[in-house]
Amino acid sequence: MSVNVRIPTILRTYTGGQAEVSAEGATLSEVIADLEKNHTGIAARVLDDQGKLRRFVNVYVNDDDVRFEQGLETATPDGAGVSIIPAVAGGC
Amino acid sequence: MTTFVMRKMRRKGLASMAVQTVSATQTVDLGPASGLSCRECGEQFPLGPIFACELCFGPLEVSYDLPLGDPEALRKRIEAGPDNIWRYAPLLPVPADVAQKPNLNPGWTKLVQADNLAGALGVEPGKLFVKDDSGNPTHSFKDRVVAQALEAARAFGFTTLSCSSTGNLAGAVGAAAARAGFRSCVFIPHDLEQGKVVMAAVYGGELVGIEGNYDDVNRFCSELIGDPAGEGWGFVNVNLRPYYGEGSKTLAYEICEQLGWRLPDQIVIPIASGSQLTKIDKGLQELIKLGLVEDKPYKIFGAQAEGCSPVSVAFKAGHDVVRPQKPDTIAKSLAIGNPADGPYVLDICRRTGGAVEDVTDEQIVDAIKLLARTEGIFTETAGGTTLGVAKKLIESGAIDPSLTTVVVNTGDGLKTLDAVAPTTGMTAVIRPNLDSFREAGLA
Repeated sequence: MSVNVRIPTILRTYTGGQAEVSAEGATLSEVIADLEKNHTGIAARVLDDQGKLRRFVNVYVNDDDVRFEQGLETATPDGAGVSIIPAVAGGC
Repeated sequence: MTTFVMRKMRRKGLASMAVQTVSATQTVDLGPASGLSCRECGEQFPLGPIFACELCFGPLEVSYDLPLGDPEALRKRIEAGPDNIWRYAPLLPVPADVAQKPNLNPGWTKLVQADNLAGALGVEPGKLFVKDDSGNPTHSFKDRVVAQALEAARAFGFTTLSCSSTGNLAGAVGAAAARAGFRSCVFIPHDLEQGKVVMAAVYGGELVGIEGNYDDVNRFCSELIGDPAGEGWGFVNVNLRPYYGEGSKTLAYEICEQLGWRLPDQIVIPIASGSQLTKIDKGLQELIKLGLVEDKPYKIFGAQAEGCSPVSVAFKAGHDVVRPQKPDTIAKSLAIGNPADGPYVLDICRRTGGAVEDVTDEQIVDAIKLLARTEGIFTETAGGTTLGVAKKLIESGAIDPSLTTVVVNTGDGLKTLDAVAPTTGMTAVIRPNLDSFREAGLA
């Protein structure tokens, strides 16, 4: 399964400045592991010490917030778009 | 959806106008602001158009060199200042000459002693106040925060102001940009109340409806900021968010000054993202630290609509983590299902001995009418939510009716006419003669 991952500005130091990279994996967890293989250090920015998504990171698979789906076990179909977004934006 | 919207933006020519060159390394004058620090891990960053920690994604907030040491001199300086938020410029991330720059000069709104409302709620006379922020230039508290973001935008060399909005912010950004000579391009859910659409569009900037709810709009803006299409844009509640949020501190400053430089005992605040509540607490803490008010306990209460109550649910369940919800409420300006500052709201309400509560849409409408009929203040659904929660907490005993309580009204009821229109209207329609008047029982 190959997916396109949109990288937020603050993680682009790990992707050589690329805003979008491709990764392999049938679930979000596998996609993050694959990202780590090719962009060392990125997983520790997205996941906490317990291996869970950090509370100020939002991840969407296509248009769905994975917190409403199966979290890190959310399926990532072939060709899906995965977006990693800082959660602190918005509102007042 | 997001990529689709960006493509649409490019087709409509919105994106091509957006690319500007900004130097984030230039020297910036933001008065007493000394840097940014991560609220989660404490990492320090220089002042710049950034909003999330590079290490842990936590929110960044402004640190200050506050004018400590002579509270009496500071109090006199503030009292001699203009009748707007710039009287507090020594405590805000703005240059000293901010009042001379073109902006909407918001703030110094009325603190209404609400004795009629107090009587209706069983609160002692002289103890209940409404901080009525509908008196701001675009009729909501958003003018306060946008004014801060505008100064940050100037400092960082942006010339386009943008935001994701549930309506009020769109109007505040449009108006501030018009006054300051900035371009504005703001994003709202496409199904927003008509009144808010008009109030946002009238200032002449681009107003873009997104097919989705506020959280979708917010997500889109967060992605736009990392795309070349959004390069050089100052998103007041994204890349300028640390500065923008500081504007809400002025609500705390004003409430205390208007109470005669005293802290309220209890304060009830609406929760959308939760930023306003956390910044009011920050403002109160600063006043204590500066010696401008006596240090004493106060309780902070947060208000949500039942149809979008992720923080209230977490508070009642004793959780530290806020689980996002899909909003469904008439209080659209509070309909943020994934509130960025939710965890901090929980911390503050627990630390101060307050609470987070929610009310139904019906209770929101009832509270709007109660405030209008007792005090002549027409509030929007957010204010109805706040008063509805205050009423509920007074009835439950969580709010002490013998102590000074401030309810924050963040916006004007004219913005959400649809919410009350179905249950308000003419008392009677009569023929233009006295018999008809009497027949209708009006004599």
